[in-house]
Amino acid sequence: MSTIATGGESGVHLTPPPRSRPSLTASSARTGEKIIRVLLAGAAGVSVITTFGIVASLLIPALGFFREVNPIDFLTGTRWAPQFTPASFGVLPLITATLWTTAIALAVAVPFGLGAAIFLSEYAPTQLRKVLKPMLEILAGIPTVVYGFFALQVVQTDFLRGLLNLPTGAFSVLAAGLVMGVMIIPTIASLSEDALSAVPLGMRQGSAALGANRMQTTLKVVFPAALSGIVAAVVLGISRAVGETMIVALAAGQQARVVAGPLEAGQTMTGFIASAALGDSRVGSLEYDTLFAVGLLLFILTLAMNIISIRLVRRFREAY
Amino acid sequence: MSVLETTRASATPLAGRAQGGERSPASIVFLIALWFSLFVAFFVLIVLIITTATEGAGRLDGRLLTEYTSATPDRAGARAAILGSIWVIAVTAILTIPLGIAAAIHLEEFADNSKWWNRFIEVNIQNLAAVPAIIYGMLALGLLALLGVQNKNIVIGGAIALGLLILPVIIIATRESLRAVPQEIRHGSLALGATEWQTVQKQTLPNAVPGIATGTILALSRALGEAAPLLLLGGLVYVTFDPNGLASGFTTMPIQIFNWTGRPQLEFRELAAAASILLLGMLLVMNALAIFIRNKYQRRW
Repeated sequence: MSTIATGGESGVHLTPPPRSRPSLTASSARTGEKIIRVLLAGAAGVSVITTFGIVASLLIPALGFFREVNPIDFLTGTRWAPQFTPASFGVLPLITATLWTTAIALAVAVPFGLGAAIFLSEYAPTQLRKVLKPMLEILAGIPTVVYGFFALQVVQTDFLRGLLNLPTGAFSVLAAGLVMGVMIIPTIASLSEDALSAVPLGMRQGSAALGANRMQTTLKVVFPAALSGIVAAVVLGISRAVGETMIVALAAGQQARVVAGPLEAGQTMTGFIASAALGDSRVGSLEYDTLFAVGLLLFILTLAMNIISIRLVRRFREAY
Repeated sequence: MSVLETTRASATPLAGRAQGGERSPASIVFLIALWFSLFVAFFVLIVLIITTATEGAGRLDGRLLTEYTSATPDRAGARAAILGSIWVIAVTAILTIPLGIAAAIHLEEFADNSKWWNRFIEVNIQNLAAVPAIIYGMLALGLLALLGVQNKNIVIGGAIALGLLILPVIIIATRESLRAVPQEIRHGSLALGATEWQTVQKQTLPNAVPGIATGTILALSRALGEAAPLLLLGGLVYVTFDPNGLASGFTTMPIQIFNWTGRPQLEFRELAAAASILLLGMLLVMNALAIFIRNKYQRRW
């Protein structure tokens, strides 16, 4: 996941790209070249169409949903029972479960991800880093459904219930959150490492010249200097935790209720979308529209975090 | 003391300060904590691989490859899922790779960054890369509903969902590879009278191919492991036939694993573990291929 870290900066061109020197281009326009350029621009435009497609495909059914259900009741209601009669569409139970899994995941991923990033950036010799970094990336490449299997069968069943003998049922937000945290470690580690490595060497040398040891330099000089990049990494980690589906669909549980503790089962927003999609609901029915209302909420939440993260990375880039 | 050390540090950056303050208890605890962070990540990875392997080993046999899924665990296999995964990934590749490369060429070689729409496309792509996978399933669902397709669980529907999911990843990887080609090569080509498109076609793009191939294979391996968008298309249906076309019903490896994991019988748990090993093996082959291409063909300027 080096998307944000590496995505689109043309600032790295040390020499101006050819397009800025019109004198070098052909004096007579070639029709073929023009057509090719239009086609290439069209391909880039597909990404914009995708975004509009996402918004439209979520918004249209969601508007149908909100014609039947008051948005205030949707956002503040504490009972989620779309299948029952009378149906109730309070989304808070889904949100509490999402908050629990996300918080537990962050409690794992932030300290360990940052620790790994600091080690790789400030302590590891180049050779060691070349070995460790790809190994860490393996964690990011494991399919989420395999993580889900691991969370349900090993962490929840064998570890939490079997070994620790904790009072928990077949599912828990703890098992889902813990495994999700491990899954997010590479995201946070890799982006934070980029941020830490971008801090100029001169600042470390200045700190050392004043008598600070490496730990003091890391914690008091390098870390604060890289803070906006690190916050961007954490925000992206939150966004991934909120949007992760397979782990919570398998291990967190399928009952939508307000979750009060980590050992309880609960259905997250993504968990609801996954399980509702398995049921056969007709296009245009209220069940079908409910799916998209929750999807729209999920999209808005993650979009807000992604934008914050992209902004922070950009600010950090401008600083150094 | 520190002054002397810093002089050394400037020769070999940050390597010379291992004495003195580095031995304070706080420093040592800090370093241990950093090692522990890495250890936790690798420990979980190893536990995951070992537990999955030991659980699934007994069921990793010919039946897994040749049999269709079944209600009796003994006779169940992942044949339809393996073929379904191959179909969907192949169609995804055909749809996405040309589109992604074309978009990247536009953004990297031709787009005028002073125009707001080109900057908008860039931010938009970064955003799309972080949109939850399941949302792409809802997009595909909306698209198929718009086209009036009744049977949603078809190969082309899955390929569209996965293709749009990995499109930003392919664009970003391709842009990085194009950016790594030195400007001098473009200048030389233009100086010899080549047009801008000829320069891209004959110089820039061929030089970027290894990087593009690596990035694309990694993106496709992500699509291979992804299940969430396909769940929305109803990918859990009971498929006991080989998929044979774009409009054919299908299931994939991750979906099949999801299905087996969710069942109560212990035999299905074993089967899910065996299929997970198979899936991890397929991903390992793709990743190894990507690393091989990168190491063998990538040029450093």
